[in-house]
Order: sequence, then C-alpha cells, then structure tokens
Amino acid sequence: MASELRYTANTQLEHLHARYTGTGHADISKYDWVTHQHRDTLASIVGHPTLTSYLAIADGESLGRIRFEMTEKMLQPCGPPPRRDED
Amino acid sequence: MHLYNLTLQHPTVATQAITGKMATVIATDVFGSIRSLAAFRLTGGTKDYAIVGSDSGRIVILDYDPKTASFVKLHQETYGKSGARRIVPGQYLATDPKGRSVMISAVEKSKLVYILNRDAAANLTISSPLEAHKANTIVHHIVGLDVGFENPMFAALEVDYAESDQDHTGQAFKDTEKMLTYYELDLGLNHVVRKWSEPTDRRANLLVQVPGGQLASSERFDGPSGVLICCEDHIIYRHMDAPQHRVPIPRRKHPLEDPSRTIIIVTAVMHKMKGAFFFLLQSEDGDLYKVTIEHEEEEVRSLKIKYFDTVPVASSLCILKSGFLFVAAEFGNHYLYQFQKLGDDDNEPEYSSTAYPAFGMANPNVPLPHAHFRPRPLENLAVADELESLDPIIDSKVLNVLPNSDAPQIFAACGRGGRSSLRILRHGLEVEESVSSELPGIPNAVWTTKRKEDDEYDSYIILSFVNGTLVLSIGETIEEVQDTGFLSSAPTLAVQQIGADALLQVHPQGIRHVLADRRVNEWRVPPGKTIVSATTNKRQVVVALSSAELVYFELDLDGQLNEYQDRKAMGSTVLALSMAEVPEGRQRTPFLAVGCEDQTVRIISLDPETTLEAISLQALTAPASSICIAEMLDASINKTQPTLFVNIGLQNGVLLRTVLDPINGQLTDTRTRFLGTRPIRLIRVQIQRNPAILALSSRSWLNYTHQNLMHFTPLIFENLDYAWSFSAELSPEGLIGITGSTLRIFQIPKLGTKLKQDSIPLSYTPRKFITHPSNHYFYMIEGDNRVMGPEAATARLDELRKKGPIDEEVVDLPPEVFGRPKAPAGTWASCIRIIDPIEAKTVAVLPLDCNEAAFSIAVVPFSAREGELILVVGTAADTLISPRSCSSGFLRTYRFTQDGANLEFLHKTETDDVPLALLGFQGRLVAGVGKALRIYEIGKKKLLRKAENKTFGSAIITLHTQGSRIIVGDMQESVSFAAYKAPENRLLVFGDDSQQRWVTAVAMVDYNTVAVGDRFGNVFVNRLDAKVSEQVDDDPTGAGILHEKGQLMGAPHKTKMLTHFHVGDMITSIHKVSMVAGGREILLYTCLHGTIGILVPFVSKEDSDFISTLEQHMRTEQSSLVGRDQLSWRGYYVPVKSVVDGDLCENFARLPSGKQSSIAGELDRSVGEVLKKLEQLRTTTSGF
Repeated sequence: MASELRYTANTQLEHLHARYTGTGHADISKYDWVTHQHRDTLASIVGHPTLTSYLAIADGESLGRIRFEMTEKMLQPCGPPPRRDED
Repeated sequence: MHLYNLTLQHPTVATQAITGKMATVIATDVFGSIRSLAAFRLTGGTKDYAIVGSDSGRIVILDYDPKTASFVKLHQETYGKSGARRIVPGQYLATDPKGRSVMISAVEKSKLVYILNRDAAANLTISSPLEAHKANTIVHHIVGLDVGFENPMFAALEVDYAESDQDHTGQAFKDTEKMLTYYELDLGLNHVVRKWSEPTDRRANLLVQVPGGQLASSERFDGPSGVLICCEDHIIYRHMDAPQHRVPIPRRKHPLEDPSRTIIIVTAVMHKMKGAFFFLLQSEDGDLYKVTIEHEEEEVRSLKIKYFDTVPVASSLCILKSGFLFVAAEFGNHYLYQFQKLGDDDNEPEYSSTAYPAFGMANPNVPLPHAHFRPRPLENLAVADELESLDPIIDSKVLNVLPNSDAPQIFAACGRGGRSSLRILRHGLEVEESVSSELPGIPNAVWTTKRKEDDEYDSYIILSFVNGTLVLSIGETIEEVQDTGFLSSAPTLAVQQIGADALLQVHPQGIRHVLADRRVNEWRVPPGKTIVSATTNKRQVVVALSSAELVYFELDLDGQLNEYQDRKAMGSTVLALSMAEVPEGRQRTPFLAVGCEDQTVRIISLDPETTLEAISLQALTAPASSICIAEMLDASINKTQPTLFVNIGLQNGVLLRTVLDPINGQLTDTRTRFLGTRPIRLIRVQIQRNPAILALSSRSWLNYTHQNLMHFTPLIFENLDYAWSFSAELSPEGLIGITGSTLRIFQIPKLGTKLKQDSIPLSYTPRKFITHPSNHYFYMIEGDNRVMGPEAATARLDELRKKGPIDEEVVDLPPEVFGRPKAPAGTWASCIRIIDPIEAKTVAVLPLDCNEAAFSIAVVPFSAREGELILVVGTAADTLISPRSCSSGFLRTYRFTQDGANLEFLHKTETDDVPLALLGFQGRLVAGVGKALRIYEIGKKKLLRKAENKTFGSAIITLHTQGSRIIVGDMQESVSFAAYKAPENRLLVFGDDSQQRWVTAVAMVDYNTVAVGDRFGNVFVNRLDAKVSEQVDDDPTGAGILHEKGQLMGAPHKTKMLTHFHVGDMITSIHKVSMVAGGREILLYTCLHGTIGILVPFVSKEDSDFISTLEQHMRTEQSSLVGRDQLSWRGYYVPVKSVVDGDLCENFARLPSGKQSSIAGELDRSVGEVLKKLEQLRTTTSGF
C-alpha cells in the first residue's frame, strides 16, 4: 500500500517537473541546478525592464542588444554539461 | 516605524508603445509591471483594443473610454502564476492582423493562443487558451503573420536546448540551430499546430510582419506575406515555400567604426499605405533604415534597404496615419517627428537582394560583404515635438540653491551617453512669457475686458494706479485710448463687461455704466463715503461702502442697472467681496461672500425672496484679504457637475477652500494651505476654457482642473502683484499680470505637470555628483563604457589622417544625436565636470586619459593639511563590467582653485581594485576598494593606507558616516555597520543584515537606522538595537567586538527590518530632506526609470490606523488594470511591512461616489474628511 502511494506520488512529481521547468528535486546534479538558476536569472533580467535598463547603462549597450544577448545566453549559460558517469 | 509611500513623479520610461500621443492623455497606475503591449482591431471594427502582457499571469484586454478618459478592462483571463517568470507567458505578444486571435508567449516553452471574436451583441469575446507549448525551447520573438482571411498564423524564433544540455563535448551546442516556426491556429478544429519549422540564421533576434493576403474586392495581394528576420548584420525575408532574400544592414562609414563589430536591429515598424508598404528598422546605434519589398502578387522580386535618418534609439516606434513618427526612446526624452518625405528620390545608396547571388542566400552561413552609408543630419524627418523623460535617473541631490525659492529643488543626473543631462526639477508649472513691457508707474491692478458679450477676444486693458486709470486698446499694437467712457482721474476697483454690450467701471466715488453708444450712467456714492470693495458679474454688482454697508445692483431686462432698495449694514468694515459668475441660463447667482475685518466670512443671499439676508458665517484665523467664489469641476467631490468653491485668502498667507452648498448656502469641507508670506490675492481666470483661480502671495499659484481632478500648483515665474485673463488673437489663452511696474503677458503651456525641468547637457553617462561644503558648485563624474576617450580618439584619427584623408564631416557629427562610435568593452571615456547649478551651466570639464573611468567622488577635509578640502576621485583603468576587473584602480586627488571653479591635480594612488565608494571620515579618507574598506591619510606624493578591513562580501558601493561609525553598503550583501577604533587603529564590523541584499542606494535615517533601496525595486528600513549601538560606542578599543562570536556567518549583531516596500523601479538615490519650508523630514527617493517618490513617517498611531484601513478597503475596491494583485505587487520579494501604498489610497478620489461613501462610512468619516486627510498627507510633506 505504502509503496503504491510512493509510486503515485512519484509519477505526480515527474508530471510536475515536466510541467514546471526549472523545479528542482532531491537528485538534481550541480550542473542542472546551476543551469536552471542561470536561466531563471536571465529570463528575469529580460522580463524586468529595470534590470535590463540597469545592465544596458552599465555596459553601454542598447536595451535590444542586452535582451538579445541574455536570451542567447539562456541556451547554455554555464558551459557544456559534465561527462555522465554512466557513459 | 510606519511609512506612507507616495509617488511624486511617475516613471517616464516607455517600455512599450502602441499609439503615440504627445500629451499624456491618460496615465494609470497598474500596480504591476507591463512587459508587452499589442493593439488589435476586430474585422470590420472601427475601434482598437489594447492587449497587455504583464507580470500578473493574466492576459488583459483594455478599451479606451474617451468620455471618462480612462481605460476600461474588458477581459482578464488568468493563465499562470504572477511574477516575471521563465515559463509564464507575458513576455511576448503577437496579434493576428485581422484581429482574430492573439498569441502570448513566455521566454521559454509556454505559448498560449486566444481566439477573439464578437458575440451577438457585438461585444468582444475571448476564448479559453489553446496551448502551443514546446519544452526545452527558448523563444526570441514572436509575430503574427499576415495571411488575410486564412487560418491565423504566428511565427516564432525558437532555439531548442535539449540536445546541447546533454552533450558534454559541446558539439551539440555549436550545432544548435535557431528555428523559424509557424504555428497555425485552425479555427475550424479549434487547436494550434506547428505548421512549419526551418532553421535560420543563428544570430536572429527579431521578426517583423510582412503584409499579405488578398483583398476581397480586387483579388490583388496586399503583399507577399511572411516575415523579415532581423539578424546580426543581415535582414532576411522568409516565408514558407518561397525563396529567401537577404540584404546586409548598412553600417556607418565612420573612420573609427570597428569593422568587426556586428549590428542588430532593435526595433521595427511596418507601415501600410494605399497599395504599398514599407518598414522602418532601427539599429542599436539609432539609425533608421527604410526597407522595401518589391513583389509580384505573392512572389518577392527583391528586398531593398537604405539609410533613412538617425533618431534616438527607441524601445518602440509608431507611425501615425497623419504622417508622424513617434519615437519612444529607450533612454531620455521621447520625440515626435513629422515625415517630410519618404526617402524615395535621394542619393542614398540602396542595397538590393538582387545584387547578390541567389538573392544573398547563396551561402547563408557566410556574411555578405559590408554595406555602408554616410550618417547625416535629419533629411526625411523633422522634429515636431518632444516629451520630457527623466529616465534614467542615476544620481540626485535635493537642495535649495536657487535664489528666491522657499522649497528645495531636485537635481537629477539623467540620461545616457551623449544625451545625458543634469536636470533641475522645480515643483511648479512652466510659464511662457510672450510680452513684457515697462509702464510709467506702478499699477495696483489690471483687467482686460471685451466690448460686447459675444466678442471673441478682449479689446481693452485697464490699469489702475493710485491716482488714476489708464485704458489701453488691444489691436495690432497696444496703445492708450481716451474716449472709452472710463473715468481716468480715479483709481479703479472693478471692471466688467455687463449685459449685452455695456461696460462697467467701479471707482471709489461711484459706478460708471458705459453703454454701447458711449452714454454714461453714473451712480454716485453718498457724500462722505467711498467704495472700498466691489464684486461684479455679467448681471450683478455689489459694492461695499466705507460705512460697512453693502449696496446691491442688478441688471434689469432693459439693460438698466437698478439699485436694491435696502442697503445691508455689516457692522464691520468689509475687506473682500466675491460672487460667482451667473450660472448658464439663470438671472443671477444666489450667493455673495463677504469678508469682514472681524475675521469672519459671511455668505449673503442675493435671491429675490431673501435679498441681502445672511445665510451662514465662517470664522477665520486672520482677516481675509481676498475671496473668490468659483464653480470648478473636481471629480473627487462631484463627478458630473462643477462644485461651488469659496476660496478665502487670508492676510497671513493662508488659503482656505470651502465647499458652498448650492442649496442651503452652508460652508463645508474646509481645506487650508499655506501659500506664502504676503496677503493673498485671488483672481478668477480662464485656463483652457475652464475656470481656474490664480492665488498670488509671495509665490503665485494656480488652482485648476486637469483630467477632471483639481490641481494646485505654483507658477515658476516672477511674483505677480495682480493678474487677469488675457485673450487676443495671438494669445487666445493667455494671462496678463503686473510685477512692480512691468506688464507681462504669458501662457501656461503644460498643464498637469508638477515638475518643471531645466537641463544642463553632459558629455557622457553621469555616474555620481557631489556638492561642496562651502561653494555652490556640483562636481560630477561621467563615464561611458564602449566609447573611446577624446584623447584616444584623436590619436587614432591622427593616425588615420596620416594614411589618407578621412571624412571630417562624419567625425564632427554631434554625439548627442548620433552617439559616439562603439568601441570594444573595456574602453572608457570619462570626465570630471564642475557645474554651476544657479547659472545652469558647466564651469569646467577635466577629461580623464589612459582609458581611466571615474566611479566615485568625495570632498575630504584632510586634517593632515589643516582641514584643506581635497577632491578625491576613484578611477580605474581598462575596467570590465562583468566579471568586474581592472588593470589598476586609482585614487586621484585634486585641489580646488578659483574658489572651486577649477581643479589642480595633486597625485594619484594605485589600488588593486575599482574604488566604488569614497567618503571623508574624521579628517581622512575612507574608501571602498572592491571588497576592502580602507582608511587613507594624505601624503606628499600618494595617499597612505592606514587601516583596512577585508571582510565584505562582493564590493562596497556606498559609504555613510556619523561619529566614528561607518555604514557600508555592499553590492550583494546588504548594509553593514562598522566602527573605527582610533586607539587601536581598527576597522571593525559589528552589525549587518540577516538577509542578502543587492544594495543600490542608502540613506542614514538616524544614528542606528538606515533606509536602503535594492536592485529589485525594494525599499526597506533597517535598525540596529540601541543597546548594541551604545555598547559598541562605549568600548574604547573594540576588543569586545573583535572577540564576539559571529552570527549566521557574519557580524555578531544583526539589524532588524522595520519596514519593507516594493516600489517597482530600481532606487538610485535616497535622501532625508524636508520638502516644504518648516515641514517634516521625509525620505525622498529617485529611481532608474524616472520615478520620484517619498516615504513619509506617520506622526500618530491614529493616522496610520486610519490610512491602513483605507488601504485595505481600496485593495478590495480598486483592482489593478493589468490584473496584478496590489498586495502581492508591493510584496514582490518580501511581504510589505509597515508601509501604506499612498498611490492606491489616492485612487479613492477616482472611485464612483457610491463606493466612496461606503468606504468612508466604514471608516466613520465623511468622504470629504477622507479626501482632506489624503490631501493633507501629500501637501504638508511634499508640497505637491
């Protein structure tokens, strides 16, 4: 009974993870976690006009360029992933 | 502590614009952050609606209601969590050109499509959302395709990161492609499909809709449909199953232009005319390109691009049908340009896709050869108007430096790059003077009058002197006239155009009624008496005699002025009289207000039934000097009809405004305001065809109605002794006034603004500025990243000149319009500027060389030099912003010469990091150099390091001091309290915050309390326990603190957070100031996007309870326009603590009266009392 509960809880969790990108879990790797953090931050910079302006002023770039570079950076904010142990 | 937050100046940044109007027609606080806007029109409709994408997790459709000048929320559909999140839509919006559907997208994964339609009653309807999600996909941009009446389609620029996240070799990352994906909304099946997805340029950033679809009538295609993909250096035309066309983005032919630099398009607008269309694309340098597509039916023949003009870099461009281009600038003032021509027949080189093999797509991965253009001043556009914007405010000071001013000014360092400025903001209305002329003597009053009731303009100016009256006629010139029927040998008390075509002059000895045929009927005062005061309107005249009697006249139907049989004895000398204008369609106004020497104002009836009977009485604190009854619209009191106000100016400079009940004549709801030191004179004038009141004291004020609400603002003009409306052909909406012996004619152009701006241009982005303790100059540091300094630029140009001639005209183009040529990151141009704020000009500029940029500045009285004041500037060479690094930091010292108007360089000291904060401290310099806090003493050749503390988290950015305490603001780790213990020469950190905070601005509220603004738009107040503070101060050596155990991996003591509030704009400076003479001290803050607000401490528990309860009621009554919950917005990162949102409370005035009275009822107050309290909170603390 208990195992069955755990089973359903897990599928629900998996479903939630698929639905809410960026949600962490107990076995998340350091790389995944920090990549999520960076993507969240970059999306937040793009989504908050004051943060975009702040960066643009500091860096001497236009808002459009900052937004573009931040969105580009979301592709791989923390470099390539580490080699998997299983491989 | 309990604070009240009020916004004085709302942010002036335009993050998005969909229609451009040059006077702000409407501005509504949304209590949320708007991220995207789109307009759409239903098929066959005549009205545009606005869709708003915000951080509320809701899609909102707004309609503009011109009647009430407000936005009406038609639909609000919740789809996700609030906040600007990665996978919650709201970032991008795209509408179908036919108004049938809208797509709203997040930065990653989520896309929702809503179907818009009309119901049977022609109301707009919105469907439930259809999902078009794709996991692991980053969205760069979306746009609605123009497909005519086929199924709506949307194009998106997407990147999938699933593979690159798995591949440790990095190959998948390199091979990742940017996809152009079409989503089709199948209206029949009611679902969205990915119709088509093809790779495009990896560095594409923007999509632009290309017209398409067939006209039902002619079967001709509007355009080829598809999209323009704006990439780095290229524009690509792309559509499903059609050949691509590619053109390069032309770059400036500037000698200093870096050829390896890439250019992107940041904003674009498409404009359709009859049978044709064109695009204006703007590059990140501000250059506009005109892009045209030649097409035959649906087939594109060529894509052409040419340089159009250069305007400030915009966050949005709008083309108006009337031939205007609105540029919503990303920083600085917004502009409206008028199209002079469309750049059709000029010599500008045009680049066409047909000139390249395979329309430029022969090898899509290889860039096309560079195309060039020569930048030049505007040719196709002409500036039509400018809209002032403070965005960005980078630093500010609040001081009273201007002479003859009783309120402090706000000095704000605004703007970026070549368009930077120091703005002097004064509370008041701008006045435009058109005529100023000297008079032979000093008049004591001025009037203007028409000759006939239906004249359009005024004909005479009447000036009253001590012993006579002068009449001037207004024609092509203004000259004296004699034969007007006015008595010129006596002073005048009142002038009125009366009846249909007669004039009236009241002088101390009588009343002259000048008829149209110049016959004069004169009423003489009984012997031994004189007239002391008079009030008139179109049909009635009341005069007060020196014997304290009132005489009442009324015009009969034959145009004869008849005296009422009785005279009313007042029992006390009459000082002032006033009656309102005759209400439209009536014979008379029923009330007369009389101000008597016994410090009362009485309301007297002029009704035929009860003529001259006293109705009500109000006691005053001082004798009245002037009274003015006016009917004005104030929507907070009555939404539909003007309210009758009795304004009473007292001899002590206080103005009382009471509401006169039109039925029973009782006076209610008295509001007081201190205007100035002189007795007040009140004059009823016309401003934009609405009644307004000029109140003249030691300052002149205007009380007027703007957007249905009452405003009371000082005029920024010389003191007026008297004024009157003035209407002539050249100045139909003017005012005429006298100051001393000068006659002035002026207008008030910008009604509704509260701050007048004067600006001093700067060269580069301002960073900080400081004042000097003894002179009035400002010392400002400016710096721009990615710009070559003048020295480096000249050297480079000289080198190029040696090689051959260069285009000098392009080199000399003004940087405030064209910007400066972009250089790689880590190249800096910087200078120190001395500004005279009184004369509003720059006194001296000292450029910095060797790629140094200034980051901090302080005036330090070094005790080693007997307190000589030395200017210390913290600079760094070859600075990189991210990660923060420099080849070397420097502390430059300067001596003041010429009373501070110039500087003499003394020496510079190297540091290992960027010095971001400097401060004078006990006769020495304390500097925040990177993570280190240091104390420096001045030496002969260098500054000498005396003490250091390196325990700070990231970088010290603010320093404040009192006594031996130093308050240190860290870039990421909030505010710490440090003490300097001189006996042991120790710098000890004894207190810090328990939370990490990205500090942007700090102000010391008192010895133990700091107000802090952080990077995410929060403002909070932290306080250190008084006991800890005492204990630290009592410890002479600091040994106690040194050996105390740290708490939470920090200092031994923690500050306590007292208040917390999310302003929504990044705070760049906080000041503890008093904004009104003799007023309380408040916290004034300025924000990056141009917000200026205040935090006012409540003085009593009663007040804070009352306002908090009002705020609670307002939260339930007033829902945000974008559907953001006010409480969660104000508690964006941390729940609101002990701060009341004044902006929300002030919306009480805009509520329907039913809701107003129900809220007031719950508060056990009347509506008037609530409004009075709100007004009092605003005026007594800010004066605004």
